[in-house]
Amino acid sequence: MATRQPIEPQPKVEVKGLNLYYGQHQALKDVGLAFYANQVTAIIGPSGCGKSTLLRCLNRMNDGIAGIRIEGKIALDGSDIYGRRQDLIQLRKAVGMVFQRPNVFPLSIFDNVAYGPRVHGLKNHARLAEIVERSLASVGLWGEARDRLNAPALGLSLGNRQLLCLARLVAVEPEVILLDEPASALDPISTLRIEELMRELQKEYTIIIVTHNMQQAARASDRTAFMLAGELVEYGETRQIFTNPRDSRTERYVTGKL
Amino acid sequence: MNNRAVVAHKVAIGVLWASAALTLGILIFIIAYILVHGLPVLSWSFVTRSPTEMGRSGGILPTIIGTFALTVLALGIATPLGVGTAIYLTEYTRPGPLTRVVRFGAESLAGVPSIIFGLFGFMFFVIYLGLGWSVLSGALTLAAMILPTIIRTSEEAIRAVPDSYREISFALGGTRWQTVTRAILPSALPGILTGVMLGMGRCIGETAAVIFTAGATLRLPTSIFDPVRTMAVHFYILAREGISMPNAYGTAAILVISILAVNFVAYWLMQRFIARHS
Repeated sequence: MATRQPIEPQPKVEVKGLNLYYGQHQALKDVGLAFYANQVTAIIGPSGCGKSTLLRCLNRMNDGIAGIRIEGKIALDGSDIYGRRQDLIQLRKAVGMVFQRPNVFPLSIFDNVAYGPRVHGLKNHARLAEIVERSLASVGLWGEARDRLNAPALGLSLGNRQLLCLARLVAVEPEVILLDEPASALDPISTLRIEELMRELQKEYTIIIVTHNMQQAARASDRTAFMLAGELVEYGETRQIFTNPRDSRTERYVTGKL
Repeated sequence: MNNRAVVAHKVAIGVLWASAALTLGILIFIIAYILVHGLPVLSWSFVTRSPTEMGRSGGILPTIIGTFALTVLALGIATPLGVGTAIYLTEYTRPGPLTRVVRFGAESLAGVPSIIFGLFGFMFFVIYLGLGWSVLSGALTLAAMILPTIIRTSEEAIRAVPDSYREISFALGGTRWQTVTRAILPSALPGILTGVMLGMGRCIGETAAVIFTAGATLRLPTSIFDPVRTMAVHFYILAREGISMPNAYGTAAILVISILAVNFVAYWLMQRFIARHS
């Protein structure tokens, strides 16, 4: 049986029995799913369904919230990220995040991209310059930015700012990229550019995107998870979710009836 | 009815314009009044020579140096303490009994009249700690006096930094301290500087707290353990004891000019900083 092909690729991030409470309110109910390396996975669902909360568990961005309680297990490459020995800094270096608003620091383009490598201790300017160039190039922003690296990042258009946020993330060489509705503040052309970029970046990274734009999920993802009121309703190949959903709630949602 | 709205609108514009004009007018009048009386006695020797005959003649150099030394030292003590406290309250603790107590303490301290600080400084720094009338006693007292202002303005400036900066920094693997120094403080700096400038203004102009703690000598100080007389104290003594009204106005003019100059420089630095960062 040695020649048998694995049916599924290796899970990069695995969530098991995840329950999350904000005080008395349960925001995630026994959520379990696996995210695969070199795939784009979309998490869809109506506002308040817990999709962003789930995403933010994956790099422990929820930790600081008062009154939060998290049960269950999330493993990155098989090791528990909520385990006692997990180094939070290393986790966030490995699992990076881009937010809904294209929030750049009020610094130059260069300093924005160099922020991550610098907090991880890199001081050598030549090395930093190299990383900045490579990161900007990987998001397709090098051509526009090369002559104005010292210009304020706030001078960029919204769309380019979001690309800059992605470049800033790529600069710390993460393994997993979490995108929290990255295109919801952008115009259609910038949105398309982000989607193309996700396809490009999936060659090197595991990408998980939360979106309430269903066309975006259908176009740009390999797998889709549908959530409702804190529960994972259905999870599978994107094509199957959108063309042949097994759960009637999924069907109603993807056809716009929920 | 429509007419009444238009009339109300016009009256409002008139009243608001008048308040702004009146405020500006009073400010200009005070400054002009002091300058008109003070400028005639100003000369190069007035600012570069020591007073003679208790200040009836001669210059005011020791009081300029005294004011400068006290202010710089007081800010040097109060700024790190105040900004540090503000960072602790905003970034390192959750709101709770401790932050409420610290905040309540700071607010109460801000309302205490400066003469009380002077009395406290005299009893504690001058007598109990044996520092005597000195730059150090005066600066410590002034630092205690302006600390609440610096804490409160810094806290507000830090709170005004968008949470997204913290999120981004944490998401990129920054520690809390890196987040504070690299993402938060640069954005909060103009606001923090405003607080420091307010404190500086109070230090330069303070008399009651200083006269009890730094003394009123007219000798040139040689160390922070020497007593000094500040410009404000000098002005007070010259006017109060009828030594020389012209020289009192001259001192006041220098005082006003230095405060204006400091404010302009700070404003200019801030604009440059903002221009560079946004």
